[in-house]
Amino acid sequence: MASETAPVVSAQRLTKRFGDRSAVAGLDLTVTRGICYGLLGPNGAGKTTTLRMIYGVTRPTSGSVHVFGLDIATHRRAVRARLGVTLQENVLVEALTCKENLEIFGRYHLLREPELSKRAEELIEFLSLGSHRDVPVRHLSGGFQRRLAIAMSLMNRPELLVLDEPTTGLDPAVRLALWSRVRELRTAGTTVLLTTHYMDEAERLCDRIGIVSDGRLIAEGSPRELIERTLARDTIEIDCRADEESKLLDGIPLPPHRLRAGGRLLLHMDDATALVERLRAREPGHHRLLVVRPTTLEDVFLALTGARLEGGQ
Amino acid sequence: MSVSIRHAAAVWRRNASMYARTWKWNILPNFFEPVFYLTAVGIGVGGYIEQMAGMSYVEFLAPGLVCVAAMNGASYEVTYNVFVRLNFEKAYDAMLTTPLDADDVLAGEVMWALTRSLIYGGCFYFIVALAGLAPLPGSLLALPALLLGGLLFAALGVTFALHVSTIDVFSFYFTLFLTPLFLFSDVFFPLDERLSPFWQNVAEILPLLHPVRLARAAFSGSYEWTTVLWDLGYILALSTLLLRIAARAARRRLTN
Repeated sequence: MASETAPVVSAQRLTKRFGDRSAVAGLDLTVTRGICYGLLGPNGAGKTTTLRMIYGVTRPTSGSVHVFGLDIATHRRAVRARLGVTLQENVLVEALTCKENLEIFGRYHLLREPELSKRAEELIEFLSLGSHRDVPVRHLSGGFQRRLAIAMSLMNRPELLVLDEPTTGLDPAVRLALWSRVRELRTAGTTVLLTTHYMDEAERLCDRIGIVSDGRLIAEGSPRELIERTLARDTIEIDCRADEESKLLDGIPLPPHRLRAGGRLLLHMDDATALVERLRAREPGHHRLLVVRPTTLEDVFLALTGARLEGGQ
Repeated sequence: MSVSIRHAAAVWRRNASMYARTWKWNILPNFFEPVFYLTAVGIGVGGYIEQMAGMSYVEFLAPGLVCVAAMNGASYEVTYNVFVRLNFEKAYDAMLTTPLDADDVLAGEVMWALTRSLIYGGCFYFIVALAGLAPLPGSLLALPALLLGGLLFAALGVTFALHVSTIDVFSFYFTLFLTPLFLFSDVFFPLDERLSPFWQNVAEILPLLHPVRLARAAFSGSYEWTTVLWDLGYILALSTLLLRIAARAARRRLTN
C-alpha cells in the first residue's frame, strides 16, 4: 500500500497568514514512519499552527499537507481517525471521572462497548491512572490531568501521536514517567510528532528535530547532527563582562561560533583543551569562572533563534 | 461538509453523561416551577378572571407555559453552555482532533438542546396533566410541538452564541428577547382578542407564538389547518435558515 512507504507527515511549502501576519511561511516538513520528531521553536514561531494544519483544522493559505499519504484537505475524517492529538491545554470534563472522560473520547472515534471500556482500562493501566480511575477529574493534580489528556488521545490506537508541549508545567518525576511512555509507544511503532520548549526533552526523546523560527524550518537533523553541524562538540562558558572581553581574548585565535548571554561568553569548538590552557595562562591566579562542557541542543537553539550571534553564521 | 449522525450522537452523549451525573438535582426545579406558575397566576390571578378565550384562565395558561418551559430548556443549553464549551473549556477544539467536524459538533449540541427542551417541557406537561388540565390523549400531540419549539429556540440561541464574543450579552438575549416573547406570545392572553388585525399580522413574526399555538390546538383538540400549516412552516423554515447560518459560524469559529 502506498501509505506504508509514504512518510507519515509530508508538508510542502506550507504557509498560513492571519491578516498581515504570517504564522507559517513556507515550511517543509517530512516525518517518516516510526520516529519521534520534535518541533522546537520560540513562542509564536508557528509550531501550533503547523500542527493544526497537519490534523486539518487550520487550512493552509498555500502549500499542501499529506498525512498517511492522504491529502488532509480532502480526507480530514479518515486522517483524524488514525491520529491522536494532545493539545497544549488539557481539555477534560471536570465533573466526570478518568474512565468517563476516556469513554467520551472513545465515542468520538465511534468505539462501542465492549471495546470502549476495554481500551479505557488499558490506558488507565498504561498511564498509571488506576488509583484515580473513578475520581472526578477536577480533584486530580496537574500531572494526573496531563496523563489523562494523553491517554484520551490514544483511545483510537493512533498511528501518529501529536503532542503539543506534552510536559510543560509538570514536575520532573512526571516528566520522566511521560517520556518513558512516549518511548514505549515509539518502540511499539507509533510515530510521534511533538513540540516542546525543553531542549532536554527534545534531546532525549527525539530521533529528529526541526527548529522553527518565524514560520520556517531553519535547521533539521538528529540532535547530534544539529550540534555538530551548527556549532561544535565542546562549549566553554566564561564569566566575562563585555568590556573585559577584548582584553581577555586579545591575540587568541577564536572559534567562529561565539555567543554573549549577559555577563557570560560562550565559545563553541570541537576541542576546547588548547584554548582553555591559553585563557588560564593569560590570567594566572585569577579565578575567573570558566566551564568546559559538551555543547547541547540548547546552545544550538539559542544560536539559531535567539541571542545575538557573533561570527559564524 | 455534511453531518455524520453517529459522530453528532457522540457529542450528544458527552452532554448526556454530564447531565446524568446531576440529573436528580437538575430535574427537581422543573417540577416545582409549573406548580408555582399554575397556582400563583393560573389560580391566584385566574380567580379574578371568569374565563379567557372560552375556558378557565388556568386552562388557557397551561399549554403556553409548557412551551415556555421547552423554550427555556433549549435556550440555556445553547447559550451559556455552548459559549463556555467554545470559549473557556475549549471542548470543541479537542473534538476536532478526532473525526468530528464542526457540523457534527453543532448537530450534537442542537440534539442535546432538543433533549433538554423535552425534559423541561415534558416535566411541565406532566404536572399540568396531573392537575387535570391536559385532556388525554389529544394533548399528547403537544409533545411534538414542544420539540419543534425546542428546535426553533435551539437554532436561535446557538446562532446568537456563535456570533457573540462575551458572555455578558446573554443577559440581553434573555431579558430583551426571550422575556418579551414570554409575555407577548399568546401565553397570558389571546393576541387575536387584544390586537387590531394589522398588529396581529405583525405579531406573526414572534417565534414563540407558533409552538404555543400548536400546543394550544393539541390541548383544545380544535385545529385550524391553515394556521397549523403556517405555524409548522414558520418553525421549520426559520430553524433551517438559522441552522445554516449557525453552521457557517461554527466552521468559522472552530476552524480557520
